[in-house]
Amino acid sequence: MPQPLRLRELKVGQRAVIHTVSAQGELGRRIRDMGLVPGTEVEVVGRAPLKDPVALRMKGFTLSLRNNEADYVLVNLAPGAAG
Amino acid sequence: MERVKIALAGNPNAGKTTLFNAVTGARQHVGNYPGITVEKKEGFARVDGTEFHILDLPGTYSLTAYTQEELVARDALVDERPGVVVGVLNAAALERNLYLAVQILEMGLPLALALNMMDEARKQGLTVDAARLGELLGCPVVETVARTGEGVGELLRAAAGHARATGGVRAPLDISYGPDLDPVLARMVARIQEEGFLAGRHPARWLALKYLEADEQVLAAGRAAGPLAAELEGMAERVADHCQRTLRTSPEAIIADSRYGFIASLLRQGVLTRPDGPSRADFSDMLDRVLTHRVAGPLGMLGVLLAVYWATFTLGEHPMRWVEALFGLLAGAADAALPDGLLKSLVVSGVIDGVGGVMGFVPLIMLMFLFIAFLEDSGYMARIAYMLDRVFRIFGLHGCSVMPFIVSGGIAGGCAVPGVMAARTLRSPREKLATLLTAPFMTCGAKLPVFLLLTGVFFPGAEATALFLITLGAWAAALLVARLLRSTVIKGPSTPFVMELPPYRLPTLRGMLIHTWERTWQYIKKAGTVILAISVLLWAAMTFPQLPRERAAMYAAEREALAARAADPGLDQAARQLLAERLALVDNTEREAALRHSLAGRTGAALETITAPAGFEWRTNIALVGGFAAKEVIVSTLGTAYSLGETDPEDAKPLADRLRVDPHWSRLHAVALIVFIMLYAPCFVTVVAIRSEAGSWRWAAFSVVFNTALAYALAVAVFQGGRLLALG
Ligand SMILES: Nc1nc2c(ncn2[C@@H]2O[C@H](COP(=O)(O)OP(=O)(O)OP(=O)(O)O)[C@@H](O)[C@H]2O)c(=O)[nH]1
Ligand SMILES: [Mg+2]
Repeated sequence: MPQPLRLRELKVGQRAVIHTVSAQGELGRRIRDMGLVPGTEVEVVGRAPLKDPVALRMKGFTLSLRNNEADYVLVNLAPGAAG
Repeated sequence: MERVKIALAGNPNAGKTTLFNAVTGARQHVGNYPGITVEKKEGFARVDGTEFHILDLPGTYSLTAYTQEELVARDALVDERPGVVVGVLNAAALERNLYLAVQILEMGLPLALALNMMDEARKQGLTVDAARLGELLGCPVVETVARTGEGVGELLRAAAGHARATGGVRAPLDISYGPDLDPVLARMVARIQEEGFLAGRHPARWLALKYLEADEQVLAAGRAAGPLAAELEGMAERVADHCQRTLRTSPEAIIADSRYGFIASLLRQGVLTRPDGPSRADFSDMLDRVLTHRVAGPLGMLGVLLAVYWATFTLGEHPMRWVEALFGLLAGAADAALPDGLLKSLVVSGVIDGVGGVMGFVPLIMLMFLFIAFLEDSGYMARIAYMLDRVFRIFGLHGCSVMPFIVSGGIAGGCAVPGVMAARTLRSPREKLATLLTAPFMTCGAKLPVFLLLTGVFFPGAEATALFLITLGAWAAALLVARLLRSTVIKGPSTPFVMELPPYRLPTLRGMLIHTWERTWQYIKKAGTVILAISVLLWAAMTFPQLPRERAAMYAAEREALAARAADPGLDQAARQLLAERLALVDNTEREAALRHSLAGRTGAALETITAPAGFEWRTNIALVGGFAAKEVIVSTLGTAYSLGETDPEDAKPLADRLRVDPHWSRLHAVALIVFIMLYAPCFVTVVAIRSEAGSWRWAAFSVVFNTALAYALAVAVFQGGRLLALG
């Protein structure tokens, strides 16, 4: 099993599965409330013009979060995903 | 007759308000942007002989108590004791929407589910087995499309039936939270039940969960309720320690994971079927590829904002003239019908000029809000927040500050009151405060008239450009001041930007009209009430005390002497002309003397010592003081101040012409005044709104004092700087 990556490192169009969410406190709560929990599949669908925030497609909706927040989320690349 | 109380709860943007409007016939604001509804709204409807009392709640993702909306929603669910809660779900994102529904079930509230936005779900090829979901959760589930009203009747019947069947309470849903939490939960539940701790308000297991989640509101209520609180807190702390040491995680995270696990297993039991094969790129994703593109995105955004400007002012120009003409006719009629004297002065100068000056801008305000409604309801506003977040963060703000700024007048013509209220979607108190305090710098619909007037007079032909520059200036001021505040009085780290980007939707005409009308009506109502009252008050302040009798008699005598000389039949044309001019001069001097003698005049003149460095003379001061109450008053008061001192009141020359020929005014004066008006204290209604959003009078007072000081300093700097460079 390859080492999990940080969510920030994904390129637009890549898919991955959430491995761990290490954020605590308010950030952790809000990330989890939105359904970003281990096992969730996500796809990076875009980045804002200044590369930050990032837009994720997951569970039927689009979520945006900042790069420094995405750093608390570790992912495994989805098998067979492009990239 | 049977009565049922229903609370609509659900995620932001799930369509609760659309449903509420469809059922009650209300006209509440809907928009394709998460967090439109920030306060609980009530409505009534009668369907099939049942009286429904419906509460529309702010959208929330969860029922923790960390944001104001969550608190409003949770308190309503607990305190209002609805007979049934209707969980409004976005069927296209069922999994996340059920997360809140599950928590409502854990609270032991009867729940009926509306699978809303079924039209979109079907388009994506999703099928949801509503009956199966209902069976698994033990509650009625109805497919709806709130926009068209599909399924709404059935939903109400099902909800009423469920309320009847359960009598308003049901056994709370029990979810397993795994081997690390279940044992301690069981022990806490046992202790809570033994002691009857906070009984009747919350189910025991829900309370125990809140202790594990360290919910501040429940902890506080518990401490007030009895000694068991300390014991429960101790248990929660120990298990949190344990989780941290052995699993490197927190009970809170385990709880969230388990809830999502529970939901995933529900959906796997034949509830949700997705189409086979890779999902085709949907319409929103494709649009986003262009609209949030690295280069095309920002350019497009600028283009859109410029287009909104241009369209508002070109389309609004003529209707604005018509309204002005209408009030001109009215003033003329009143002038002809009433005898000279105080009453006429009150009606013409106080009422018609005061209210008319404000009403003239109604067409512009309507158009502006129509465009804002379009941006919001199409989903583009959320993209603006997304694209600008990185920039806003530099200034200590948040992408979601964009919406309050734009509503406050970031696209000239908004209003700071709804703008300040829109700041509620900002979750962090610090960014919210910074947004609250800077949003009033924007060019609201009430400041717009002054700016249009001044730019029209002093920069003729370049009004649109000048106004665009003013708007940019307001943004720059707001951002820089926010930066200043965030690095001094409201220091602290930034809040997460965890925001849902809703899919693009075609705005509904009804939704846009509701939004536009709601805002415009607010403006009109203000003109008819607050502004009218202030106009009359100001008129009185500008009329009384009247000149002492001897002085009035002196002017009268002078006038009579001139009239007597003019009566001489032997005078030639030139001499007559000269006499008429001298007569007019006497009138003018008297009126000016009267205004100076009045309460307002004296105040304005007294302020001149302070405002002279900024180039404001006493009449401007009167208008600015009036502007503390409402910014609309500035233009109308200037109008009244100048018409009271007018050479010939019969000739109702518009204020613009008067300023153009007044020797006191120059471009430099105009610019300094614009700077001051842009920045000084928010109007009274906004100050009240700031107080309620910031939670203390301290910040409301701060906004008045700080903004006025800043405005003064900059106006003086501009005026004196301009003087030095010999611009004025
Ligand atoms: N396609 C479709 N759109 C809908 C439906 N119901 C609501 N909408 C749209 O969804 C958007 C959000 O609707 P609102 O009623 O404002 O949502 P809300 O749940 O009140 O949102 P908040 O007040 O932010 O919590 C609007 O653009 C509606 O027009 C539906 O059944 N189908
Ligand atoms: Mg709503």
